[in-house]
Amino acid sequence: MHIHFLDPYRPHISPVHALDGRVKFVLTVAFILTTSLTPVAAWPVYVLLFALILAVEILSGLGIGYVLKRALLALPFVLVAFPVIFTNGDTALFSFPIGSWMLTAHAEGLARFVSVALKSWLSVQAAIVMASSTPFPELLQAMRAVGIPRLLVGMFGLMWRYLFVLADEALRLMRARAARSGQSALAGTRSGGSMMWRARVTGGMAGNLFLRAFERSDRIYVAMLSRGYDGEVRLLPLQPMAGATWGALLAGLALLGLLLFFGILFWG
Amino acid sequence: MHHSIEVESLYFSYPDDHPALVNVSLHIAPGEKVALVGPNGAGKSTLILHLNGILTGQGRVTICGLEVGEKTLGRVRAAVGLVFQNPDDQLFSPTVYEDVAFGPLYQGLGAEEVAARVTSALSAVRMSDYAQRVSHHLSMGEKKRIAIASVLSMNPEVLVLDEPTAGLDPRARRGLIYLLRELPVTMLGASHDLRMVSELFPRMVIMDEGHIVADGPTGKLMEDEKLLEAHGLEKT
Repeated sequence: MHIHFLDPYRPHISPVHALDGRVKFVLTVAFILTTSLTPVAAWPVYVLLFALILAVEILSGLGIGYVLKRALLALPFVLVAFPVIFTNGDTALFSFPIGSWMLTAHAEGLARFVSVALKSWLSVQAAIVMASSTPFPELLQAMRAVGIPRLLVGMFGLMWRYLFVLADEALRLMRARAARSGQSALAGTRSGGSMMWRARVTGGMAGNLFLRAFERSDRIYVAMLSRGYDGEVRLLPLQPMAGATWGALLAGLALLGLLLFFGILFWG
Repeated sequence: MHHSIEVESLYFSYPDDHPALVNVSLHIAPGEKVALVGPNGAGKSTLILHLNGILTGQGRVTICGLEVGEKTLGRVRAAVGLVFQNPDDQLFSPTVYEDVAFGPLYQGLGAEEVAARVTSALSAVRMSDYAQRVSHHLSMGEKKRIAIASVLSMNPEVLVLDEPTAGLDPRARRGLIYLLRELPVTMLGASHDLRMVSELFPRMVIMDEGHIVADGPTGKLMEDEKLLEAHGLEKT
Protein backbone atom coordinates (compact mmCIF):
# COMPACT_ATOMS: atom_id res chain seq x y z
CA MET A 1 0.00 0.00 0.00
CA HIS A 2 3.02 2.24 0.28
CA ILE A 3 5.35 3.74 -2.21
CA HIS A 4 8.89 2.48 -1.83
CA PHE A 5 10.23 2.84 -5.31
CA LEU A 6 11.25 6.43 -4.68
CA ASP A 7 13.90 5.30 -2.26
CA PRO A 8 17.06 4.63 -4.27
CA TYR A 9 18.71 2.69 -1.44
CA ARG A 10 19.24 -0.96 -2.37
CA PRO A 11 20.17 -3.08 0.67
CA HIS A 12 22.97 -5.49 -0.11
CA ILE A 13 26.02 -6.92 1.61
CA SER A 14 29.13 -5.47 0.00
CA PRO A 15 32.27 -3.57 1.00
CA VAL A 16 30.81 -0.43 -0.57
CA HIS A 17 27.61 -0.74 1.48
CA ALA A 18 29.60 -1.39 4.63
CA LEU A 19 31.83 1.67 4.18
CA ASP A 20 31.12 4.61 6.49
CA GLY A 21 28.55 6.99 4.95
CA ARG A 22 30.80 9.98 5.64
CA VAL A 23 33.64 8.45 3.63
CA LYS A 24 31.30 7.68 0.76
CA PHE A 25 29.87 11.18 0.81
CA VAL A 26 33.26 12.90 0.84
CA LEU A 27 34.73 10.59 -1.79
CA THR A 28 31.70 11.03 -4.06
CA VAL A 29 31.96 14.82 -3.83
CA ALA A 30 35.71 14.54 -4.42
CA PHE A 31 35.13 12.27 -7.42
CA ILE A 32 32.67 14.73 -8.92
CA LEU A 33 35.07 17.62 -8.28
CA THR A 34 37.98 15.72 -9.83
CA THR A 35 35.89 14.83 -12.86
CA SER A 36 34.77 18.40 -13.41
CA LEU A 37 38.23 19.92 -12.84
CA THR A 38 39.97 17.50 -15.21
CA PRO A 39 40.91 19.46 -18.37
CA VAL A 40 39.00 19.07 -21.61
CA ALA A 41 39.99 16.14 -23.83
CA ALA A 42 42.17 14.44 -21.19
CA TRP A 43 40.86 11.14 -22.53
CA PRO A 44 43.21 8.76 -20.64
CA VAL A 45 42.16 10.36 -17.33
CA TYR A 46 38.49 9.90 -18.25
CA VAL A 47 39.17 6.24 -18.94
CA LEU A 48 40.89 5.88 -15.56
CA LEU A 49 38.01 7.66 -13.80
CA PHE A 50 35.57 5.39 -15.61
CA ALA A 51 37.58 2.34 -14.59
CA LEU A 52 37.52 3.58 -11.00
CA ILE A 53 33.76 4.09 -10.83
CA LEU A 54 33.23 0.79 -12.69
CA ALA A 55 35.32 -1.01 -10.08
CA VAL A 56 33.22 0.53 -7.30
CA GLU A 57 30.03 -0.47 -9.11
CA ILE A 58 31.19 -4.07 -9.40
CA LEU A 59 32.35 -4.10 -5.80
CA SER A 60 29.00 -2.75 -4.60
CA GLY A 61 27.09 -5.66 -6.15
CA LEU A 62 24.44 -3.27 -7.50
CA GLY A 63 25.05 -4.47 -11.03
CA ILE A 64 26.61 -2.36 -13.75
CA GLY A 65 23.39 -2.45 -15.74
CA TYR A 66 21.43 -0.98 -12.85
CA VAL A 67 23.80 1.99 -12.48
CA LEU A 68 24.28 2.60 -16.21
CA LYS A 69 20.54 2.56 -16.87
CA ARG A 70 19.93 5.15 -14.18
CA ALA A 71 22.91 7.20 -15.37
CA LEU A 72 20.98 7.93 -18.58
CA LEU A 73 19.26 10.56 -16.44
CA ALA A 74 22.23 12.81 -17.23
CA LEU A 75 21.46 12.73 -20.94
CA PRO A 76 18.90 15.56 -21.22
CA PHE A 77 21.17 17.92 -19.25
CA VAL A 78 24.08 17.19 -21.54
CA LEU A 79 22.10 18.67 -24.43
CA VAL A 80 22.57 22.10 -22.86
CA ALA A 81 26.23 21.86 -23.85
CA PHE A 82 25.36 21.00 -27.44
CA PRO A 83 25.88 24.55 -28.87
CA VAL A 84 29.59 24.59 -27.89
CA ILE A 85 30.24 22.37 -30.90
CA PHE A 86 29.46 25.37 -33.08
CA THR A 87 30.69 28.27 -31.01
CA ASN A 88 34.07 27.00 -29.84
CA GLY A 89 37.39 26.61 -31.70
CA ASP A 90 39.01 27.35 -35.08
CA THR A 91 39.40 24.00 -36.84
CA ALA A 92 36.28 23.70 -38.98
CA LEU A 93 34.92 20.19 -39.38
CA PHE A 94 31.82 20.67 -41.50
CA SER A 95 29.14 23.31 -42.06
CA PHE A 96 25.50 23.29 -42.93
CA PRO A 97 22.96 26.06 -43.48
CA ILE A 98 19.92 26.75 -41.30
CA GLY A 99 17.85 29.32 -43.18
CA SER A 100 20.15 32.26 -43.88
CA TRP A 101 22.60 31.11 -41.16
CA MET A 102 25.67 29.02 -41.72
CA LEU A 103 26.51 26.68 -38.84
CA THR A 104 30.08 25.43 -38.64
CA ALA A 105 31.13 22.62 -36.31
CA HIS A 106 34.64 22.84 -34.88
CA ALA A 107 36.92 20.05 -33.71
CA GLU A 108 37.71 21.87 -30.43
CA GLY A 109 34.00 22.41 -29.77
CA LEU A 110 33.26 18.76 -30.43
CA ALA A 111 36.02 17.68 -28.02
CA ARG A 112 34.60 20.03 -25.41
CA PHE A 113 31.07 18.72 -25.87
CA VAL A 114 32.14 15.07 -25.62
CA SER A 115 34.17 15.93 -22.51
CA VAL A 116 31.17 17.60 -20.86
CA ALA A 117 28.96 14.64 -21.74
CA LEU A 118 31.46 12.13 -20.36
CA LYS A 119 32.04 14.17 -17.21
CA SER A 120 28.34 14.42 -16.39
CA TRP A 121 27.84 10.76 -17.12
CA LEU A 122 30.68 9.78 -14.77
CA SER A 123 29.51 12.17 -12.03
CA VAL A 124 25.94 10.88 -12.15
CA GLN A 125 27.21 7.32 -11.81
CA ALA A 126 29.13 8.24 -8.66
CA ALA A 127 26.02 9.88 -7.17
CA ILE A 128 23.91 6.83 -8.03
CA VAL A 129 26.35 4.42 -6.40
CA MET A 130 26.41 6.58 -3.27
CA ALA A 131 22.61 6.92 -3.03
CA SER A 132 22.02 3.24 -3.74
CA SER A 133 24.53 1.94 -1.23
CA THR A 134 23.94 4.36 1.66
CA PRO A 135 20.73 4.63 3.69
CA PHE A 136 19.49 8.22 3.66
CA PRO A 137 19.91 8.82 7.41
CA GLU A 138 23.60 7.98 7.02
CA LEU A 139 23.88 10.50 4.20
CA LEU A 140 22.32 13.13 6.44
CA GLN A 141 24.91 12.32 9.11
CA ALA A 142 27.64 12.63 6.52
CA MET A 143 26.35 16.06 5.50
CA ARG A 144 26.48 17.12 9.14
CA ALA A 145 29.97 15.71 9.52
CA VAL A 146 31.33 17.83 6.68
CA GLY A 147 29.77 20.95 8.17
CA ILE A 148 26.65 21.58 6.07
CA PRO A 149 24.43 23.83 8.25
CA ARG A 150 22.25 21.80 10.57
CA LEU A 151 19.09 23.64 9.58
CA LEU A 152 19.68 22.67 5.95
CA VAL A 153 20.36 19.05 6.88
CA GLY A 154 17.22 19.10 9.03
CA MET A 155 15.23 20.34 6.06
CA PHE A 156 16.61 17.59 3.81
CA GLY A 157 15.61 15.09 6.47
CA LEU A 158 12.05 16.39 6.75
CA MET A 159 11.71 16.53 2.98
CA TRP A 160 12.80 12.93 2.73
CA ARG A 161 10.46 11.85 5.52
CA TYR A 162 7.36 13.50 4.08
CA LEU A 163 8.02 12.90 0.41
CA PHE A 164 6.81 9.35 0.96
CA VAL A 165 3.78 10.48 2.97
CA LEU A 166 2.86 12.85 0.16
CA ALA A 167 3.41 10.20 -2.51
CA ASP A 168 1.24 7.79 -0.51
CA GLU A 169 -1.43 10.45 -0.26
CA ALA A 170 -1.33 11.01 -4.02
CA LEU A 171 -1.61 7.25 -4.51
CA ARG A 172 -4.69 7.09 -2.28
CA LEU A 173 -6.31 10.01 -4.10
CA MET A 174 -5.76 8.34 -7.45
CA ARG A 175 -7.08 5.08 -6.06
CA ALA A 176 -10.26 6.79 -4.88
CA ARG A 177 -10.67 8.35 -8.31
CA ALA A 178 -10.17 4.99 -10.03
CA ALA A 179 -12.77 3.44 -7.72
CA ARG A 180 -15.38 5.87 -8.99
CA SER A 181 -14.34 5.72 -12.63
CA GLY A 182 -17.03 3.32 -13.76
CA GLN A 183 -18.86 2.51 -16.93
CA SER A 184 -22.61 2.89 -17.19
CA ALA A 185 -24.70 -0.14 -18.16
CA LEU A 186 -26.82 2.19 -20.29
CA ALA A 187 -26.30 1.85 -24.03
CA GLY A 188 -24.87 4.83 -25.87
CA THR A 189 -22.85 6.33 -23.03
CA ARG A 190 -19.12 6.83 -23.38
CA SER A 191 -17.22 6.75 -20.12
CA GLY A 192 -14.26 8.95 -19.30
CA GLY A 193 -15.73 12.42 -19.81
CA SER A 194 -14.12 15.14 -21.89
CA MET A 195 -10.44 15.94 -21.92
CA MET A 196 -11.10 19.37 -20.38
CA TRP A 197 -13.14 17.92 -17.56
CA ARG A 198 -10.53 15.29 -16.77
CA ALA A 199 -7.86 17.97 -16.74
CA ARG A 200 -9.97 19.99 -14.32
CA VAL A 201 -10.40 17.00 -12.02
CA THR A 202 -6.66 16.36 -12.06
CA GLY A 203 -6.06 20.04 -11.32
CA GLY A 204 -8.43 19.79 -8.37
CA MET A 205 -6.51 16.80 -7.08
CA ALA A 206 -3.19 18.61 -7.36
CA GLY A 207 -4.63 21.61 -5.52
CA ASN A 208 -6.06 19.34 -2.87
CA LEU A 209 -2.69 17.67 -2.40
CA PHE A 210 -1.00 21.05 -2.08
CA LEU A 211 -3.51 22.23 0.54
CA ARG A 212 -3.02 19.05 2.51
CA ALA A 213 0.77 19.28 2.36
CA PHE A 214 0.46 22.85 3.55
CA GLU A 215 -1.80 21.92 6.45
CA ARG A 216 0.34 18.95 7.35
CA SER A 217 3.43 21.14 7.55
CA ASP A 218 1.52 23.32 10.00
CA ARG A 219 0.57 20.32 12.12
CA ILE A 220 4.13 18.98 12.04
CA TYR A 221 5.44 22.34 13.15
CA VAL A 222 2.95 22.48 16.02
CA ALA A 223 3.90 18.93 17.02
CA MET A 224 7.56 19.97 16.98
CA LEU A 225 6.84 23.07 19.06
CA SER A 226 4.90 21.04 21.59
CA ARG A 227 7.93 18.85 22.09
CA GLY A 228 10.16 21.79 22.82
CA TYR A 229 11.42 22.82 19.37
CA ASP A 230 12.83 26.37 19.50
CA GLY A 231 14.22 26.80 16.01
CA GLU A 232 17.50 25.11 16.85
CA VAL A 233 18.09 21.61 15.44
CA ARG A 234 19.76 19.44 18.06
CA LEU A 235 21.16 16.10 17.08
CA LEU A 236 23.03 13.25 18.68
CA PRO A 237 26.81 13.56 18.53
CA LEU A 238 28.50 11.74 15.65
CA GLN A 239 30.42 8.52 16.19
CA PRO A 240 34.19 8.95 15.83
CA MET A 241 35.62 7.29 12.70
CA ALA A 242 37.85 4.23 13.07
CA GLY A 243 41.46 4.23 11.89
CA ALA A 244 40.78 1.95 8.91
CA THR A 245 37.93 4.22 7.80
CA TRP A 246 40.25 7.20 7.87
CA GLY A 247 42.69 5.13 5.84
CA ALA A 248 40.07 4.39 3.18
CA LEU A 249 39.11 8.06 3.03
CA LEU A 250 42.69 9.27 2.66
CA ALA A 251 43.58 6.58 0.12
CA GLY A 252 40.54 7.50 -1.98
CA LEU A 253 41.34 11.21 -1.80
CA ALA A 254 45.00 10.55 -2.69
CA LEU A 255 44.04 8.48 -5.72
CA LEU A 256 41.62 11.14 -6.98
CA GLY A 257 44.17 13.87 -6.31
CA LEU A 258 46.78 11.95 -8.30
CA LEU A 259 44.39 11.54 -11.25
CA LEU A 260 43.62 15.25 -11.19
CA PHE A 261 47.29 16.16 -10.99
CA PHE A 262 48.07 13.83 -13.87
CA GLY A 263 45.29 15.36 -15.97
CA ILE A 264 46.31 18.96 -15.31
CA LEU A 265 49.99 18.22 -15.83
CA PHE A 266 49.61 16.71 -19.29
CA TRP A 267 46.47 18.34 -20.69
CA GLY A 268 45.98 21.51 -18.67
CA MET B 1 -29.77 -15.84 -8.93
CA HIS B 2 -26.15 -14.78 -8.73
CA HIS B 3 -24.53 -13.49 -5.58
CA SER B 4 -23.69 -9.86 -5.27
CA ILE B 5 -20.16 -10.64 -4.15
CA GLU B 6 -18.40 -13.92 -4.77
CA VAL B 7 -14.77 -14.33 -3.80
CA GLU B 8 -13.23 -17.71 -4.60
CA SER B 9 -9.93 -18.80 -2.97
CA LEU B 10 -8.20 -15.45 -3.31
CA TYR B 11 -4.49 -15.08 -2.60
CA PHE B 12 -2.56 -11.84 -2.57
CA SER B 13 0.92 -10.75 -1.49
CA TYR B 14 2.34 -7.25 -1.40
CA PRO B 15 5.58 -6.64 -3.28
CA ASP B 16 7.59 -7.30 -0.11
CA ASP B 17 6.23 -10.90 -0.26
CA HIS B 18 4.21 -10.50 2.90
CA PRO B 19 1.07 -12.61 2.30
CA ALA B 20 -1.91 -10.31 2.82
CA LEU B 21 -4.70 -12.65 1.73
CA VAL B 22 -4.55 -16.43 2.04
CA ASN B 23 -7.24 -18.59 0.48
CA VAL B 24 -10.06 -16.13 1.12
CA SER B 25 -13.52 -17.20 0.02
CA LEU B 26 -16.62 -15.15 0.67
CA HIS B 27 -20.16 -15.14 -0.68
CA ILE B 28 -22.56 -12.30 -0.06
CA ALA B 29 -26.14 -12.43 -1.34
CA PRO B 30 -27.95 -9.40 -2.78
CA GLY B 31 -29.35 -7.18 -0.06
CA GLU B 32 -27.21 -8.71 2.68
CA LYS B 33 -25.37 -6.46 5.13
CA VAL B 34 -22.11 -8.04 6.24
CA ALA B 35 -19.42 -6.79 8.61
CA LEU B 36 -15.75 -7.54 8.04
CA VAL B 37 -13.89 -7.35 11.34
CA GLY B 38 -10.36 -8.09 12.47
CA PRO B 39 -7.28 -6.43 13.91
CA ASN B 40 -5.10 -3.95 12.04
CA GLY B 41 -3.19 -5.64 9.25
CA ALA B 42 -5.65 -8.56 9.06
CA GLY B 43 -6.18 -7.94 5.34
CA LYS B 44 -9.58 -6.22 5.48
CA SER B 45 -8.59 -3.23 3.37
CA THR B 46 -6.65 -5.45 0.98
CA LEU B 47 -9.73 -7.61 0.45
CA ILE B 48 -11.88 -4.54 -0.10
CA LEU B 49 -9.52 -3.19 -2.76
CA HIS B 50 -9.93 -6.47 -4.65
CA LEU B 51 -13.67 -6.02 -4.93
CA ASN B 52 -13.33 -3.36 -7.61
CA GLY B 53 -10.09 -4.51 -9.13
CA ILE B 54 -7.76 -1.86 -7.71
CA LEU B 55 -5.64 -4.75 -6.47
CA THR B 56 -5.66 -8.08 -8.25
CA GLY B 57 -4.50 -11.29 -6.67
CA GLN B 58 -4.74 -14.94 -7.62
CA GLY B 59 -8.23 -16.35 -7.42
CA ARG B 60 -11.65 -15.27 -8.62
CA VAL B 61 -13.69 -12.25 -7.67
CA THR B 62 -17.15 -11.92 -9.16
CA ILE B 63 -19.33 -8.88 -8.56
CA CYS B 64 -23.01 -9.05 -9.59
CA GLY B 65 -22.15 -11.79 -12.06
CA LEU B 66 -19.21 -9.90 -13.59
CA GLU B 67 -15.83 -11.51 -13.12
CA VAL B 68 -13.38 -8.78 -12.12
CA GLY B 69 -10.74 -8.42 -14.82
CA GLU B 70 -9.24 -5.93 -17.26
CA LYS B 71 -12.32 -5.90 -19.51
CA THR B 72 -14.97 -5.60 -16.82
CA LEU B 73 -13.14 -3.02 -14.71
CA GLY B 74 -15.37 -0.11 -15.76
CA ARG B 75 -18.61 -1.99 -15.12
CA VAL B 76 -17.35 -3.40 -11.83
CA ARG B 77 -16.33 0.02 -10.55
CA ALA B 78 -19.76 1.38 -11.38
CA ALA B 79 -21.38 -1.55 -9.52
CA VAL B 80 -19.22 -1.30 -6.39
CA GLY B 81 -19.36 1.90 -4.40
CA LEU B 82 -16.19 2.02 -2.34
CA VAL B 83 -16.15 4.46 0.57
CA PHE B 84 -12.58 4.98 1.75
CA GLN B 85 -11.63 5.28 5.39
CA ASN B 86 -10.28 8.78 5.01
CA PRO B 87 -12.88 10.94 3.27
CA ASP B 88 -10.12 13.40 2.37
CA ASP B 89 -8.82 10.85 -0.13
CA GLN B 90 -12.17 10.65 -1.77
CA LEU B 91 -13.08 14.30 -1.93
CA PHE B 92 -10.70 15.84 -4.43
CA SER B 93 -12.89 18.36 -6.20
CA PRO B 94 -13.28 22.03 -5.29
CA THR B 95 -16.96 21.75 -4.32
CA VAL B 96 -19.21 19.09 -2.83
CA TYR B 97 -21.38 19.15 -5.95
CA GLU B 98 -18.46 18.35 -8.26
CA ASP B 99 -17.30 15.55 -5.99
CA VAL B 100 -20.69 13.90 -5.97
CA ALA B 101 -21.02 14.43 -9.73
CA PHE B 102 -17.65 12.85 -10.53
CA GLY B 103 -18.89 9.23 -10.83
CA PRO B 104 -21.89 9.92 -13.07
CA LEU B 105 -19.94 12.44 -15.17
CA TYR B 106 -17.18 9.93 -15.70
CA GLN B 107 -19.75 7.41 -16.86
CA GLY B 108 -20.80 9.89 -19.54
CA LEU B 109 -24.38 10.36 -18.33
CA GLY B 110 -26.41 13.33 -19.59
CA ALA B 111 -26.44 16.63 -17.70
CA GLU B 112 -30.00 16.18 -16.42
CA GLU B 113 -29.33 12.65 -15.24
CA VAL B 114 -26.17 13.80 -13.46
CA ALA B 115 -28.03 16.61 -11.70
CA ALA B 116 -30.79 14.22 -10.65
CA ARG B 117 -28.26 11.69 -9.34
CA VAL B 118 -26.41 14.35 -7.34
CA THR B 119 -29.63 15.71 -5.84
CA SER B 120 -30.88 12.30 -4.80
CA ALA B 121 -27.49 11.19 -3.46
CA LEU B 122 -27.13 14.35 -1.39
CA SER B 123 -30.65 14.05 -0.03
CA ALA B 124 -30.03 10.37 0.80
CA VAL B 125 -27.24 11.46 3.14
CA ARG B 126 -29.28 14.53 4.22
CA MET B 127 -26.70 17.00 2.94
CA SER B 128 -28.75 18.73 0.24
CA ASP B 129 -27.79 22.19 1.47
CA TYR B 130 -24.09 21.49 1.09
CA ALA B 131 -23.90 21.21 -2.70
CA GLN B 132 -21.94 24.43 -3.22
CA ARG B 133 -19.75 24.13 -0.12
CA VAL B 134 -16.02 23.52 -0.34
CA SER B 135 -15.31 19.88 0.58
CA HIS B 136 -12.05 20.80 2.22
CA HIS B 137 -13.69 22.89 4.95
CA LEU B 138 -16.32 20.41 6.17
CA SER B 139 -16.22 18.56 9.48
CA MET B 140 -15.20 14.89 9.59
CA GLY B 141 -18.80 13.69 9.91
CA GLU B 142 -19.92 15.90 7.03
CA LYS B 143 -17.04 14.75 4.85
CA LYS B 144 -17.97 11.15 5.56
CA ARG B 145 -21.52 11.74 4.42
CA ILE B 146 -20.36 13.49 1.27
CA ALA B 147 -17.96 10.62 0.59
CA ILE B 148 -20.89 8.22 0.82
CA ALA B 149 -23.00 10.48 -1.42
CA SER B 150 -20.16 10.56 -3.95
CA VAL B 151 -20.50 6.80 -4.43
CA LEU B 152 -24.30 6.63 -4.05
CA SER B 153 -24.54 8.92 -7.09
CA MET B 154 -23.21 6.03 -9.18
CA ASN B 155 -26.24 3.92 -8.12
CA PRO B 156 -23.99 1.09 -7.01
CA GLU B 157 -25.38 -2.39 -6.38
CA VAL B 158 -22.90 -2.96 -3.58
CA LEU B 159 -21.70 -0.44 -1.02
CA VAL B 160 -18.32 -1.23 0.52
CA LEU B 161 -17.21 0.83 3.51
CA ASP B 162 -13.73 0.88 5.06
CA GLU B 163 -13.93 1.86 8.75
CA PRO B 164 -17.08 3.95 8.31
CA THR B 165 -17.17 5.22 11.90
CA ALA B 166 -13.43 5.92 12.33
CA GLY B 167 -12.80 9.43 13.61
CA LEU B 168 -16.45 10.36 14.11
CA ASP B 169 -17.87 11.89 17.28
CA PRO B 170 -20.79 10.04 18.93
CA ARG B 171 -23.45 12.15 17.28
CA ALA B 172 -21.97 11.87 13.80
CA ARG B 173 -21.47 8.15 14.39
CA ARG B 174 -25.08 7.69 15.48
CA GLY B 175 -26.33 9.64 12.46
CA LEU B 176 -24.19 7.53 10.14
CA ILE B 177 -25.49 4.28 11.62
CA TYR B 178 -29.12 5.36 11.04
CA LEU B 179 -28.22 6.48 7.53
CA LEU B 180 -26.51 3.20 6.60
CA ARG B 181 -29.35 1.16 8.07
CA GLU B 182 -31.83 2.84 5.74
CA LEU B 183 -29.84 2.39 2.54
CA PRO B 184 -31.36 -0.46 0.53
CA VAL B 185 -28.15 -1.84 -0.98
CA THR B 186 -25.89 -4.81 -0.39
CA MET B 187 -23.32 -3.70 2.12
CA LEU B 188 -19.91 -4.85 3.30
CA GLY B 189 -18.37 -2.82 6.08
CA ALA B 190 -14.86 -3.28 7.48
CA SER B 191 -14.63 -2.06 11.06
CA HIS B 192 -13.30 -2.44 14.59
CA ASP B 193 -16.39 -0.76 15.97
CA LEU B 194 -18.14 -3.90 17.26
CA ARG B 195 -21.06 -1.96 18.73
CA MET B 196 -21.82 -0.49 15.33
CA VAL B 197 -21.37 -3.94 13.81
CA SER B 198 -23.94 -5.44 16.21
CA GLU B 199 -26.44 -2.73 15.38
CA LEU B 200 -26.00 -2.64 11.65
CA PHE B 201 -24.79 -5.94 10.28
CA PRO B 202 -26.67 -9.23 10.87
CA ARG B 203 -23.74 -11.24 9.54
CA MET B 204 -20.10 -10.97 10.56
CA VAL B 205 -16.86 -12.22 9.00
CA ILE B 206 -13.71 -12.25 11.13
CA MET B 207 -10.32 -11.97 9.44
CA ASP B 208 -6.87 -12.36 10.94
CA GLU B 209 -3.46 -12.54 9.26
CA GLY B 210 -4.99 -12.78 5.82
CA HIS B 211 -7.34 -15.66 6.64
CA ILE B 212 -11.08 -15.70 7.21
CA VAL B 213 -11.32 -17.30 10.65
CA ALA B 214 -15.06 -17.10 11.31
CA ASP B 215 -18.22 -16.34 9.35
CA GLY B 216 -21.68 -16.39 10.89
CA PRO B 217 -24.54 -14.51 12.54
CA THR B 218 -23.21 -11.48 14.38
CA GLY B 219 -25.13 -12.20 17.58
CA LYS B 220 -23.72 -15.71 17.86
CA LEU B 221 -20.10 -14.76 17.11
CA MET B 222 -20.27 -11.85 19.54
CA GLU B 223 -21.07 -14.24 22.39
CA ASP B 224 -17.92 -16.24 21.73
CA GLU B 225 -15.59 -14.04 23.74
CA LYS B 226 -12.69 -16.47 23.39
CA LEU B 227 -12.88 -16.21 19.61
CA LEU B 228 -13.01 -12.43 19.73
CA GLU B 229 -10.10 -12.23 22.13
CA ALA B 230 -8.01 -14.65 20.08
CA HIS B 231 -8.28 -12.26 17.14
CA GLY B 232 -7.63 -9.02 18.95
CA LEU B 233 -11.24 -7.88 19.15
CA GLU B 234 -13.08 -6.47 22.12
CA LYS B 235 -16.80 -6.38 22.67
CA THR B 236 -17.64 -3.03 24.19
